Amino acid sequence: MPEITYREAIHDAMVEEMRRDENVFLIGEDIGTYGGAFGVSAGMLAEFGPERVRETPISELAIVGAAAGAAMVGMKPIAELMFMDFVLLALEPLMNQAAKARYMFGGKATVPMVVRLPGGSGTGAAAQHSQSLESMLMNIPGIKVIAPSTAYDAKGLLLSAIRDPNPVCFVEHKLLYKVKGEVPEDEYTIPLGVADIKHPGEDITVVTSGIMVQKSLAVASKLSQEGISVEVLDLRTLRPMDEQAIIKSVKKTGRLLVVHEAVQTGGWAGEVMAVVSSSEAFDYLDAPMRRLAGKDVPIPYNRFLEAAAVPQEADIEAEIRAIVSNKY
Amino acid sequence: MTSWKKEEFDNLETTEVLEKSKELGLTQEQLVDMYRTMVKIRLFEEMADKQYALGKVHGTMHLSAGQEAVAVGSGFAINKGDYLLNHHRGHGHFISSGADVNKMMAEFLGKDTGYCHGRGGSMHIADVTANNLGANGIVGGGLQLAVGVGLAVQMKKTDQIVLTIFGDGAANEGIFHESLNMAAIWDLPILYLCENNKYGMSADVTRVSAKTPFKDRAAAYGIPGYYIDGNDVLAVYEFIRNAAENARSGKGPVFVEAQTYRYFGHSKSDRNLYRTKEEIDHWKTIEDPIIRFEKLLRTANLIDDQSINSIKEEMSKEIDESVTFAENSPEPDVKDVTEWVYA
Repeated sequence: MPEITYREAIHDAMVEEMRRDENVFLIGEDIGTYGGAFGVSAGMLAEFGPERVRETPISELAIVGAAAGAAMVGMKPIAELMFMDFVLLALEPLMNQAAKARYMFGGKATVPMVVRLPGGSGTGAAAQHSQSLESMLMNIPGIKVIAPSTAYDAKGLLLSAIRDPNPVCFVEHKLLYKVKGEVPEDEYTIPLGVADIKHPGEDITVVTSGIMVQKSLAVASKLSQEGISVEVLDLRTLRPMDEQAIIKSVKKTGRLLVVHEAVQTGGWAGEVMAVVSSSEAFDYLDAPMRRLAGKDVPIPYNRFLEAAAVPQEADIEAEIRAIVSNKY
Repeated sequence: MTSWKKEEFDNLETTEVLEKSKELGLTQEQLVDMYRTMVKIRLFEEMADKQYALGKVHGTMHLSAGQEAVAVGSGFAINKGDYLLNHHRGHGHFISSGADVNKMMAEFLGKDTGYCHGRGGSMHIADVTANNLGANGIVGGGLQLAVGVGLAVQMKKTDQIVLTIFGDGAANEGIFHESLNMAAIWDLPILYLCENNKYGMSADVTRVSAKTPFKDRAAAYGIPGYYIDGNDVLAVYEFIRNAAENARSGKGPVFVEAQTYRYFGHSKSDRNLYRTKEEIDHWKTIEDPIIRFEKLLRTANLIDDQSINSIKEEMSKEIDESVTFAENSPEPDVKDVTEWVYA
């Protein structure tokens, strides 16, 4: 199987679906000649022209609003926001229009749209260009939230997201763009709402997503040499959450650590723990459930401060060791 | 399209009314139908107010009595199949676009037979299958959606236009700028109808707006803008029809600001502390769009006392029946409360 980057996987999913379906179009800032701030749409203008690679003014509210409007009348827009942080300028159309149109109108509207959101820290972009806002987006009924961790998942999930009849937030971690992975050349999709065991284990379940999957896998690999068996469960879709996969894994391992980059307070780790504590998996717990999340701070600029603001491999390793040895 | 002059149509003589109507492409039947629809809107709004007073309405409402000429003039000027994006005071536009008042009243009373099965209420009435993309509870909410609908029309190369109606309040929202700018750079087939009823809730337009009329702002985007008498149904019809044809022919967006006035308060909490009784009375008598149009149609000998009474009786009966229909309709089943969150 050929290896391509996470960036290429997202690019390929968009290109292939735009070739297949004339109702799909891309809308966003600097997505044309520039190829998008992170190069994801490179070359698409040349193939599809300015109508379907619709480069906009710096108007995030209208970009997402326009995507919602177009979706309501039969198009399948993909809106690219340059940084996930900018979705805050577009929450009105996302939360009040796209997410609610179907319900408010008694089931008569469909809003098939994708909002692509490059998020996360690690690039020195500081507080307004580094956030992980997925927990906040998960608080919107009517929206689906995806955060892929590999090139393979990114492509398969994006295809499903474009074809999904609902508004989908597609969270791309900026540090993953260069990460390569095996991706088949033939068409495939990954269903939304289905988690994936990225590393099977027996001693502890690490529920995570996005870049934290990569970090957790590195830790799992290291600890396996010491006989600590870590199961890394990649949620892939945060909303709707694959509750059964969480329950099943925790029943097997008896221990749970949730890891995410989004800030801790109100973060989705609490949701995962609620799934466990209100299910039969609770009876299988051998240790308290723990979470490792972004600290409750804006992302700082300095590289050491920035790294300290979000979970790193050493933090994950330390947490796992503490939980499996009952020293928390 | 020339500039509008106040009372352009009001003082026409009999033959002039007919000539003008012919020039506008309106038949005598259509003129009477416009009048009938205005009466229907007024009666619907009065009935809605009554239903509220009787304690039968769970939520709020934003009534459009006094603004019928904008609703009817614009509704009759666009084509079936054109897209409509509405504001929160949208009953009139909805009726003018041919909506079923039974389903409207049922929605207003929260019933399962309403347009939105009781999920939306007055502020979210929509009929997506009829290209009516809904009233909107967010001021300026339609302005952003209109851009996308305009893009879709342009990409699908149909000859539809997008009529987006918003109030004076929305003209001061940030989306106003983003929407007009995008529509202008892409020549989108959008007709911006600013329904200026003098107050954004209690805020006098001139107090909260650096410069009026709002149509002057359209010039900043290179969009043709017109300020018209929104209580003159024929003026509204003429300008919207011409603007629609302009948008339909690929020449891009047009902006029409229609000056009008609402009779009821902003919503159910309004005690009218910000405007005088004299002002309200002036608009309700001298400027009333139905009285003015009635006078015109009498001049043209298209209606008389007898036909006016019969139209009012007929419309009143229809509105009464809508209440009966709504009252006899079932409530939505609470077990379905989470239906339709996702497709």
